[in-house]
Amino acid sequence: MGHGGGGAMSGELVEHVFLPSFADASLAQLGDSAVLELHGGRMAFSTDSFVVRPLFFPGGCIGDLAVNGTVNDLAMSGAQALFLSAAFILEEGTDVTRVGAVAQRMGAAATQAGVRIVTGDTKVVESGHGDGVYINTAGIGVVPEGVDIRPDRAEPGDVVIISGHIGVHGIAIMSVREGLEFGTEVLSDSQPLGGLVAAMLAVTRDLHVLRDPTRGGVATSLNEIARSSGVGISLDERSLPVPEVVANACAFLGLDPLQVANEGKLLAFVPREQADEVLAAMRAHPSGSDAAIIGECVEDHPGMVSARTGFGAARVVDLPIGEQLPRIC
Amino acid sequence: MTGPTGLTDRLRRRVTLRGVVQGVGFRPHVYSLARSLDLAGAVRNTADGVVVEVEGRAADVDAFCDRVAAEAPPLAVVTDVSVGDLPTSGGTSFTIGDSERSPGRTFVSPDVTICDDCLEDLVDPGNRRHRHPFVTCTNCGPRFTITTGLPYDRPTTTMAGFALCAACAEEYADPADRRFHAQTVCCPGCGPRLSLARPGRDTTYDEAALAEARSLVAAGAVLAVKGIGGYHLVCDATSEPAVSTLRKRKQRGDKAFALMVRTLEDARGLVALDAAEADLLASRARPIVLAARRPDAAVAAAVAPGSRDLGVMLPYTPLHHLLLGLPGDAPGPAALVMTSGNLAGEPIVIDDRQARRRLATLADAWLAHDRRIHVPCDDSVSRVVAGLESPVRRSRGQAPLPLDLPFEAPAALAVGGDLKNTFCLAEGRLAWMSGHVGDMDDLTTIDAFTGATEHLQRLTGVAPVALAADRHPAYRSRQWARAHADGRDVLEVQHHHAHVASTMAEHGVPSGVRVLGVAFDGTGYGDDGAAWGGEFLVADYASYERPSHLGYVPLPGGDAGVRNPCRMALAHLRAAGVDWDDRLPCVRACADDELALLQRQLETGLRCVPTSSMGRLFDAVASIAGIRHRIGYDAQAAMEVESLARTADGSRGYRFGLDGETVDPGPVVAAAVSDVLAGVEPAVVAARFQQGVVDLVVAVLDRLREATGLDRATLSGGVFLNAALTAGCARALDDAGFEVLRHHRVPASDAGLALGQIAVLAHRTSSS
Ligand SMILES: [Fe+3]
Ligand SMILES: [Mg+2]
Ligand SMILES: [Zn+2]
Ligand SMILES: [Zn+2]
Repeated sequence: MGHGGGGAMSGELVEHVFLPSFADASLAQLGDSAVLELHGGRMAFSTDSFVVRPLFFPGGCIGDLAVNGTVNDLAMSGAQALFLSAAFILEEGTDVTRVGAVAQRMGAAATQAGVRIVTGDTKVVESGHGDGVYINTAGIGVVPEGVDIRPDRAEPGDVVIISGHIGVHGIAIMSVREGLEFGTEVLSDSQPLGGLVAAMLAVTRDLHVLRDPTRGGVATSLNEIARSSGVGISLDERSLPVPEVVANACAFLGLDPLQVANEGKLLAFVPREQADEVLAAMRAHPSGSDAAIIGECVEDHPGMVSARTGFGAARVVDLPIGEQLPRIC
Repeated sequence: MTGPTGLTDRLRRRVTLRGVVQGVGFRPHVYSLARSLDLAGAVRNTADGVVVEVEGRAADVDAFCDRVAAEAPPLAVVTDVSVGDLPTSGGTSFTIGDSERSPGRTFVSPDVTICDDCLEDLVDPGNRRHRHPFVTCTNCGPRFTITTGLPYDRPTTTMAGFALCAACAEEYADPADRRFHAQTVCCPGCGPRLSLARPGRDTTYDEAALAEARSLVAAGAVLAVKGIGGYHLVCDATSEPAVSTLRKRKQRGDKAFALMVRTLEDARGLVALDAAEADLLASRARPIVLAARRPDAAVAAAVAPGSRDLGVMLPYTPLHHLLLGLPGDAPGPAALVMTSGNLAGEPIVIDDRQARRRLATLADAWLAHDRRIHVPCDDSVSRVVAGLESPVRRSRGQAPLPLDLPFEAPAALAVGGDLKNTFCLAEGRLAWMSGHVGDMDDLTTIDAFTGATEHLQRLTGVAPVALAADRHPAYRSRQWARAHADGRDVLEVQHHHAHVASTMAEHGVPSGVRVLGVAFDGTGYGDDGAAWGGEFLVADYASYERPSHLGYVPLPGGDAGVRNPCRMALAHLRAAGVDWDDRLPCVRACADDELALLQRQLETGLRCVPTSSMGRLFDAVASIAGIRHRIGYDAQAAMEVESLARTADGSRGYRFGLDGETVDPGPVVAAAVSDVLAGVEPAVVAARFQQGVVDLVVAVLDRLREATGLDRATLSGGVFLNAALTAGCARALDDAGFEVLRHHRVPASDAGLALGQIAVLAHRTSSS
């Protein structure tokens, strides 16, 4: 995994290499997308690169990931995605029909998400210098008036909501990639979240933080929010919606479901007074039918995430590190 | 002795004594010694220690200087005496001065057991402290856990709120009384009160509380009892239902419970004790002593399922004596289970409100009192291995006594490891090991760690300028060190180097001297990112080489592989090229889908980390032999191998492959498998394996001695908590002409790691 793992290592790269080199206030916010003032309006802008292996997996392919990923990053600032760019880096010798299939899935995903792919680029690298297809997408969208969603806006008392089952995408990818069978087949949860966010904003414009917990999982997103907002986050382990097959796979592999990737889920930090109504609106939407309250922001232990076990103890929820290292001595 | 009288023969001297000299009856001792020699002068507590000025005839002053440290009171530890001459100034009185109020390098005594004199007061119907649960004097009782700051005085203890009655005040002020300046002194009229709280009932007090508590325990209830360093959970150890209930509520699998009995004789009814073990059990620190269980030991099976040892301790507070029953009391259980009052994974509870809340699902009633516990301190656990004490957990009765270092250390804090955490403060030639903190998985443990470091810094006056931590990127202790560094350097020390340095430091190995270090444990983060744990190092404090180690095998699923020894067994079989034969217990222990998944996982290497761990090899052999396939607590499989190996002859030890650069465990695995398939008893397999490890240590060290000329060997790491293995290695190495250094002051496990981190830090900062 190393620096791409979405955990502590890539965090260090961002903090110590990229941020100092680019020195921009909007970038320094470290949101999923940047929100920019533009001629009186506010615009969200985001980019993401997709390097998943295998290209096709149960429940999706790199194409719909590339669309949904950027659409969702825009949605995490409350924005509806309008336009996308798509850039392909193809490995020489890759089957053109496969590239065609990927492109078709991208088109379908864009239609579903209500976004237009309006510009693009293609480069070919020598055979052996890529994994078939890499895709970068960038996107812009408009942030509705009165919406101010930022990773540093979490406050003590905020309720933490997850929009559905945790850890599904990561286990789906792992099981096809490594040929592991965990009983039932696991399908990726890749889906666009713009509609769900719009439904939530219809309840209240005062959503504090939204985040899609992709690589590095819920644990990484929550740790980042806890640090940027200077709050503690206390989860209730029993309320985490972890499907049995994910739980079993994680137990077998020594993984924490909170550290496994998702591709169609969001975390929302909502003022307590609005939480029930927002949760109801999420559950009424097809992308949020399994939404659940999983915890709250607290004043204690700022910057730390913990999970209360059924037994009353509170374990520390960490960022995943690069490799799987045992701690038991 | 009489010499010529007159002023010419008079001397005045200043004597400064350092060490544990406050709160232990030192000033009264000085006073009575000075008076008996007819000396004038004064004694006072200062930041620097106890400072005495004595004046009188030369011979008497000399006698004073000879005897003042030699005849120190029982709790005192005098580390340093300096004497200087002063001009005489006359006078006939000897005065006791007040404490000087400034932070300083004097040491707080550990909490120690009730002394014989106080025990006499407790049982004497004519004494005004008859049956008083808080009877204490300068020679006994709580110290460390009630001290909030220095110098040690009533206002800096949790006794501050209890005003002395006239009778107690008189004793407190009388230099001839053994309660002179005893900060814990009190009586039924002015001291803390015992109370018994039970949901849905009125709280009872004093004798009524005690009587109710005793009858509840006799009836099979689980009691939360407030002790010295925290709450215990207590029940009748002879009652199967009571112990099973506690075990179920505490959710701790089959891990053994500690026991408390009235007397050494009662202890001998449960465990076989040699002289050294009996001494340890009755020592002032009153640790839990692990000793071989007698076949007829009258305790419930649920106390220590499947264990050939029992952990036993003797009462160390007046309340324990009262709870077990004084002569003439209604008979109660002959043995009590006494286990730490905490939720699984959390630190021991010290606060009364927390105790009611956190132990609500564990206890039926709360026997408590209103003397606050300032810091937690768990019971110490120890055993005797081949004549030498081998601590398992160093806490109550030991902390915060400093250890002497064979080198100068800067003011530093080493944060230790993540499991069984202890930390270490050092400055100059002294190192203060903390008591047991716990596993750093839990938020409350991390908070307890923060609190304990602050408390120990306050008591020692050490202001660390540097920190040391393990290199493991996921260790929370390391994260804590980085988060609290505040600009100070954090030195990262390799885990097994710290283990070896820890052994060296407690044995006084001088700087610059290299040893042959054997470090066997579960896992520690290696410099190559692998999980090390079967390591042969050539090391001094500053650096190390790794000339040999166990060959790598994949550890599947990290901690998941650790919790399932059968998977480790299958990984070892695969690495050794041995088939997964269905007749093997480790193969049968896994369902088909687990086997298929594991096979695939080992083929792809998904979430597998290479490990050279000796602890994991113990796990693998445990499962191959059919002893244990899944564990419910740390090191369970290895402990059961040790326990079973004792019952069998292991004279033909399995042979490791020694031809390559690394030690090949494959031949050992193959030999164990063929024994199992041939129907050899699990105990014999365990014994032959353990003997094989002893032979391995000797063989590798022999080679290293040849290559380096070194013949001093250290044994460290959690695997050496195995008494039979440690004794076997020590004997075999001794026979082979090695000087063997093994742990006797700090645990061999990660609980001793912080001392080694300090040692490495002291040599890195001074040389670089
Ligand atoms: Fe270790
Ligand atoms: Mg992104
Ligand atoms: Zn006493
Ligand atoms: Zn009194």
